[in-house]
Amino acid sequence: MAAADLARAAQSELLRFATAGSVDDGKSTLIGRLLYDTKAIFEDQLEQVTRASERRHGANGNGTVDLALLTDGLRAEREQGITIDVAYRYFTTPRRSFIIADTPGHVRYTRNMVTGASTADLALVLVDTRNGVVEQSRRHAFIASLLRIPHLVVCVNKMDLVDFDQAAFERVVEDFTHFAAKLEIADVTFIPISALEGDNVVARSERMPWYAGPPLLYHLEHVHIASDRNLIDTRFPVQWVVRPGDAASEELHDYRGYAGQIAGGVLRKGDEVVVLPSGEHSRVAAIDTFEGEVEEAFAPMSVTVRLTDDVDVSRGDTIARPHNRPLLERDIDAMVCWMSETPSKPNGRYVIKHTTRTTRAVISDLLHRIDVDTLHREEGVAHLELNDIGRMTLRTAVPLAFDTYRRNRTTGSFILIDEATNDTVAAGMILGRPSEEEGRSANVVWDRAGVTRERRVEALGRTGATLWFTGLPSSGKSTIAAALEHRLVAAGIPAYRLDGDNLRHGLNADLGFSAEDRAENVRRTAHVAQLLADSGVVALPSLVSPYRADRELARRVHEEAGVPFLEVYVDTPVEECERRDPKGLYARARAGEIKGFTGVDDPYEAPEDPEVVLRPEDVEAAVDRVWSALVAQGIVPA
Amino acid sequence: MNYDLTHLDALESEAIHVMREVAAEFERPVLLFSGGKDSVVLTRLAEKAFRPARFPFPLLQVATGHEFPEVTDFIHRRAEELGERLIVASVEESIRQGRVQEEPGNPSRNRLQTVTLLDAIAEHRFDAAFGGARRDEERARAKERILSFRDDMGQWDPKSQRPELWNIYNGRIRRGEHVRVFPISNWTELDVWEYIARESLDLPSIYMAHEREVFRRDGMLYAVNPYFPQDEESFTTWVRYRTVGDMVVTGAVESKATTLSDVVAEIAATRITERGETRADDRVTEAAMEDRKREGYF
Ligand SMILES: Nc1nc2c(ncn2[C@@H]2O[C@H](COP(=O)(O)OP(=O)(O)O)[C@@H](O)[C@H]2O)c(=O)[nH]1
Repeated sequence: MAAADLARAAQSELLRFATAGSVDDGKSTLIGRLLYDTKAIFEDQLEQVTRASERRHGANGNGTVDLALLTDGLRAEREQGITIDVAYRYFTTPRRSFIIADTPGHVRYTRNMVTGASTADLALVLVDTRNGVVEQSRRHAFIASLLRIPHLVVCVNKMDLVDFDQAAFERVVEDFTHFAAKLEIADVTFIPISALEGDNVVARSERMPWYAGPPLLYHLEHVHIASDRNLIDTRFPVQWVVRPGDAASEELHDYRGYAGQIAGGVLRKGDEVVVLPSGEHSRVAAIDTFEGEVEEAFAPMSVTVRLTDDVDVSRGDTIARPHNRPLLERDIDAMVCWMSETPSKPNGRYVIKHTTRTTRAVISDLLHRIDVDTLHREEGVAHLELNDIGRMTLRTAVPLAFDTYRRNRTTGSFILIDEATNDTVAAGMILGRPSEEEGRSANVVWDRAGVTRERRVEALGRTGATLWFTGLPSSGKSTIAAALEHRLVAAGIPAYRLDGDNLRHGLNADLGFSAEDRAENVRRTAHVAQLLADSGVVALPSLVSPYRADRELARRVHEEAGVPFLEVYVDTPVEECERRDPKGLYARARAGEIKGFTGVDDPYEAPEDPEVVLRPEDVEAAVDRVWSALVAQGIVPA
Repeated sequence: MNYDLTHLDALESEAIHVMREVAAEFERPVLLFSGGKDSVVLTRLAEKAFRPARFPFPLLQVATGHEFPEVTDFIHRRAEELGERLIVASVEESIRQGRVQEEPGNPSRNRLQTVTLLDAIAEHRFDAAFGGARRDEERARAKERILSFRDDMGQWDPKSQRPELWNIYNGRIRRGEHVRVFPISNWTELDVWEYIARESLDLPSIYMAHEREVFRRDGMLYAVNPYFPQDEESFTTWVRYRTVGDMVVTGAVESKATTLSDVVAEIAATRITERGETRADDRVTEAAMEDRKREGYF
C-alpha cells in the first residue's frame, strides 16, 4: 500500500462477512484468492503454503500454489483436510477493511455457521455450478435469514468447468431465487466466478461478457451497509459504572458515569431518558469519551453517559427514550440454535445472558423444531439436540429489556449457559413476547417480506408517528387535532386525523359504548393508526379512550412495531367541557337520556405519564405545544 | 449528521466493550504489559474504557531478564505515567526457586516464561488476563476466541473453547480456571500501527530505527547481547524492531525509519509477517505456535 492509500485506509469502513459452502465447493480457494489478490498474504505465509502444496500434491504440483491451504487452521483439522470451526481472516482495500468469518458448511456444524453469522453484515454462499442449489445451499441461506444478515451474495463457482456458460449460471439463479422467496432476505446478489482462476473475484472476467454486474471484491467494497444499523431506537445497556470515588480529585469525587456500547439509535446531551427496569426518568447531562465530551453518540460507539438526576442505575440496566422503549418482560418467545452435545431439558433451567444482564431462565415451552433443510416445523419434540434450531418460550427470573431480533440484533439476542458446566449451550433470537401472536392468530404468519421499517424511514428521510389525543367529550381533542393536521400538511408532512366519531360511522359502526366495545374501538383505531404511522404518516386519532389499559394496548401496538407513539392528554376540567357541550350530550346524560357517558356516569382514567398535556388555552397555542414535542422527537424538522 | 464509524473506531469500540465486560464479570483481572506495541494499545484502550477512574486491575510484566533495557525502562515509565500498579513476575526468580530449569544450549527463555506467568496468575489469584494477541498473527490463532478459556493447569484445549456470538461473552469459570482475553483479536498489524499513529502513543525506542551492534545468524539480525554466545562477526548498522521479545530471539529489521510515520509506511509496504521476520522461536515448526498455546503460552 502506498502512503496515500494508507491515509485513506484509516478512514475506511469495516465490513464483516461470513462464508459458507459445502465441502469442495471451493470456499477455501475463494478466500485464499481474495487474500492473495488483495495482498493480505505475506511472503513467509506463501512460502509455508507452497511447501505444504508440494507435500500434498507432490514436488511437481505444476508450480501453482494451492490457495485453499492459505486458510486452514488447527493441526487435527489440517490432517483431516476439513475445517470445523470458525476461523477469522482479515484483508484490507483502500475502501474497506474486511473481517471474514469462515465457517464450515456441513449440517454437523450448523452452530459454527450460526456463530460466524451472528456478527456478519453480509453472507457469502458458494454454489458449485455443476451441482446447482443443493440442500446445503438452502441451509446456508436459511441461517443467513434466521440471523438476519442483511446482504447475501451467492457465488456461482467453477464457471470454468461449464465453459462459462450463461445458461448454467441462470439455472442456479432461478433455483436459488425460487427458494429464497420463502425466506426473509432483503438483498441477494449472484456472481458467476471461478475461484481457482480468479474470474470475477477481484477483476472482471473477460470470459463472461454476458455478465454485466461487478466482480465480487467490487461488490464487497461498495454494498451499502450504513443503513443496516438501527439508528432509530435508542438503547444503551449499562456495562459498568465509572466511579473514581475517594481516591480522585475534589472535582471528580462525585463523578458517576454509566459506561457501555450503544446498542441502537442516537443519544444526545439533554435527551430525556428512562432507565429500565426501574422506569425512572432523567436527562443526559453529558456524554463522555476519553477525548472529552461529545454532543451526541450513536451505535455502536462505546461511551460513558452521565445523567442529571441521582437515579439508581447499575450494570444490566438499559437506558432508552421514554417514548421509545424496549419491551420489558419476563416471558420471551425465541428461535434458538442449540450448541451443546447435551440436549435441552424440558423445563430446564439455564443462565441467560442478554446484553449486559445475566439472570436465570427456564424453558417454559418448546413449540417446534425446524428442519433446516426442508424448513418444515416438527411439533411435539421433547428437546433440541446439538445443531437443532427450534422455537421456544422462556421465563426469566427478572424482566429483561429487549427488542425483537428483527429490530435490533444486539438487544434481541441472548445466550443460554449451563450452570453446571459453564458451557454456552444455546444462542437465541427473540421473536417477541409469547402468546400475542400465538394466541390470537396462531395460524396467520405475518408477511415479513418487503420493505423494512429502517429502509422506509431512510427513503422518506423521516418517520411517521401516532399522536393519540385522549380526553373527556368536548375537551377539544378534535379541534386541536384538526388544527394540527392543517399545520402539518401545510408544512409538507402527511398527516391524517382519525376522529372517533367519524370512525364509528364506518370501520367501527358495529360497536356500542360498553367497556368491551370501547376497548375494541380503541384496538382497531390503534392498529389503523399504527399502519398509517408506519407508512410515514403522522396519524392523529382523537378518541375519548377513557380506560388506561386500552390506551396502554395502543401504545404497545406501536412499540412492538417500532413506531413512535405520543399520548396527548387534553386535560380540560369536566365543568368546562360541560359548559361548552356543543352537541348537547352532557345535558342529555345529566337528564339520564344517555347511559354510561364518560365524565357523568362513567369514569375517565386520566393518563399517568402522557407525553403532552394540554390545559385550556388558545387552540394555536395548544398546537404550538404539540409541535414542539414533535420537534423534540425528531418527527418534524426544527 | 454522519453516523458512520471508521474501521478503527469500530475496532476500538469493540475492544472497549470487551474490556468492560471482563472488568464487570471477573473478580481479579490483570493486564499483561510487555511494553510491546500491542500491549501499549491495550493500555490506551483501558484508559478509554475506565477513565476518569483508575483501571480496575493492575499491570503485570513477565520479565525474562533478557529483555532490551529500553523496553524495561519504558514499562516502568508508562506504568508511572498511567498511575497504575505494576507487578513484575521474574523468570530469574523462577529459576532461582527451581520452578524451571534453563535448557543447556538454548538461550531462549520463552518456554520458562510460561511457568512464571502461570505461577503469578496462581499467586495473585488472577482470573482473567488481558493480552494483546491478534488473530492475524499466525494461522493457529485464526480460530482463537476473544475470551480464551484455560483449565486449572493453565492449558488451552481447542475443544473446550466456547462459541462467541454477537457481542455476548460467557465469562463463567470455576475456581482455579482463568481466561485469556484478547480485546484486539480482530485488529491487523497495520491497524495497530495506524492506531498508534492516530493516538500518538509512545513506544519503546527500539521500534524506531537506531544504530546498533548486531550479528547475522540464520538470515536474521540479532543484537549483540550478554546472554547469547556468539561466534559470528558483529557490525553496526541501522535497525528497528517489529516486536519486543527477548534479545536472544528477536530479530531486527534493517531500516532507516526513525519516525512513527516512516515506520508505518514501511510496515504497510512489507510483505512478510512480523513473526516470520523477527521471531526465531516461531520458525521451528509449522505448528510451533499451536504447541506453545496448548501449554499456556499466548
Ligand atoms: N475448476 C475449478 N476448480 C475449483 C474452483 N474453485 C475450487 N476448485 C477446486 O475444488 C476443490 C475444492 O476446493 P476447496 O477450496 O478446498 O473447497 P472447500 O471445501 O469449499 O473449501 C479443489 O480441488 C479446488 O482446486 C474453480 O473455480 N474452478
